[in-house]
Amino acid sequence: MSASLLSIDELGAAGVERILDLADTMAEVNRRPNPKVPALRGKTVCFAFFEDSTRTRLSFDTAAKRLSADTMTFAVSQSSLSKGESLKDTVETIAAMGVDAFVIRHRSTGAPWLVDGWTNAAVVNAGDGWHAHPTQALLDAYTVRTSLNRRDGFDGLRFAIAGDIKHSRVARSTTAAFRALGADVTWVAPQTLLPPSIGDHHVTDRLDDVIEELDVLYLLRMQNERMTEALVPNLREYTARFGLTAERAARLAPQCLVMHPGPVNRGVELAVDPAELPGAVINQQVTNGIAVRMAVLFDCLAATPDATSELERPVAQ
Amino acid sequence: MNTKQVLSADDVRRATTRMAHEIIERNQGTAGVALLGIQTGGVWLAEALGAEIARIDTPVPVGSVDASLYRDDIALRPVTPAAVSDIGFDVDGATVVLVDDVLFTGRTVRAALDALGDYGRPTSVQLAVMVDRGHRELPIRPDVVGKNLPTSSTEDVSVTADGVTIA
Repeated sequence: MSASLLSIDELGAAGVERILDLADTMAEVNRRPNPKVPALRGKTVCFAFFEDSTRTRLSFDTAAKRLSADTMTFAVSQSSLSKGESLKDTVETIAAMGVDAFVIRHRSTGAPWLVDGWTNAAVVNAGDGWHAHPTQALLDAYTVRTSLNRRDGFDGLRFAIAGDIKHSRVARSTTAAFRALGADVTWVAPQTLLPPSIGDHHVTDRLDDVIEELDVLYLLRMQNERMTEALVPNLREYTARFGLTAERAARLAPQCLVMHPGPVNRGVELAVDPAELPGAVINQQVTNGIAVRMAVLFDCLAATPDATSELERPVAQ
Repeated sequence: MNTKQVLSADDVRRATTRMAHEIIERNQGTAGVALLGIQTGGVWLAEALGAEIARIDTPVPVGSVDASLYRDDIALRPVTPAAVSDIGFDVDGATVVLVDDVLFTGRTVRAALDALGDYGRPTSVQLAVMVDRGHRELPIRPDVVGKNLPTSSTEDVSVTADGVTIA
C-alpha cells in the first residue's frame, strides 16, 4: 500500500518534518557529480497534468529520474479527454498500465482525492484549483529552514504572504506548512483578494505596516485576469500598495528572506531586481524543489512497506 | 526477553584499540587510508577508530555514508534515510575502510559499497565491524572484527561504546 500526499493538513506537522529531514538526504544526492540513486528502480510515476504546467512538471520529472523511477506524462492537450473521456476512465486506464504513483494537477478542487479513491497507486497533489499545492509549501518551508538554519522549527518567525490570497493554492498550502512549523503568518492583500473565510489568520491591507518586522516576505504572482475581473484597479496601483519596490526593499530587515513561487511578474509584485536583494532566495526555491519532490516521491513509494511484505527482520545490521 | 551482556564497555574499548592496530598493520601505515562509518550504527565506531589511529599513528579522514537509498529491500520494509552522508575526502585512489557496528546478512554492506561507488573509485575497500554475528546472505566477509558472536537469526544484537548485548 502506498501513501499519498494530498494536502499539508493531512500530512500534519510530524509529516512535514519527516519530509524536510528526508530532503536533506536528497539535497546531498543533488550535490554529487552524478546526482542519481537507485532508490525507486522499477517504480513508474505518471505525471497527469490536466492543467498546463511546465515548471512543476519538469521539477517532478527531474526528481523522479534522480531516484531512477520510470516516468510517463499525460498532458491534456494530447489526450482523449478532448474526446470526452471522463477523469475516472482516464485514471483507471493509466493505472491498468501499471503505475505506482500519480502526480496530478487539476483545475478542480478535490480532484486528487477522487483519484486517490479510484486507484491503489500513490497520489501526489501537484495543485488542485485554488485549493492546495503541498509540494510548493514543502519546498518553501525547506528553503526557509536551510536559508535561516532553522532545523528546530519556525517558532517566533514572522512571515507575511502578500498578494492574491483568494485565488492562490500556494498561499493556502504554504501558510499551513509554516503554521505547522510554528511561524506567525500574516496575509497582506486588498479585501477583494482575500478568501471569504479568514479563520484565525492575521490579515492586513497595508504592507507598509508590517514590512520592517518580517523574517520572510513571500510575494504571490499577480495574475492579469484579476484586472479584467475588477478586483484590483490597475497594476500600478497594486505595485504601489502591495509590491516590493526599492523603497520597501530598503526597509526590510537585513536577514529578511524574499520568496516567490514563480514565475515572477517583473515590475508588478517584484519591482526591484532580485539580484539586488540580499535576501532573495527565489532561485534556491527552484533548486530545493527537486530535493523536496524527491523526498515526497520516496516517502510515498518507499518509506512505507508493501502490505504484502512478509519480511520482519529489523532494517539495521 | 532476557538481555545478556556479551562485551563490557572496557571490552569494547580494548577491541577498538586492537582493531585500530590491525587496520594500520594491514595497510602498513595510514597513507591513503580513510574511515567511512555506515549510518547510523557505524558512525560512532568509525570516529572511535579514527581517534585511536590518530593516537597510535597519524590522523586519517573519517566520514559517514547513508546506504538507505541503495538498499535492495526498499518497499519490503520501512526505509528511512537515517542521516546525511558526509564524505569530506576524495574517494578516488583512497583505501576506504567501511565501518559498521554489526555484520549480519551483508546487505547493508552491499548497499554501502554501491553508495561509495557513486562518489569515486577507491583503490581498495576493507570492512571493519565490532560484531560479526553470522547468517550472511551475500558473499561478503569482514577484514577486521572486534568479536565473532554466534547468534540465532531472531536475536537482537545491540552494540554501543557502553558494551554489546544480545536479546
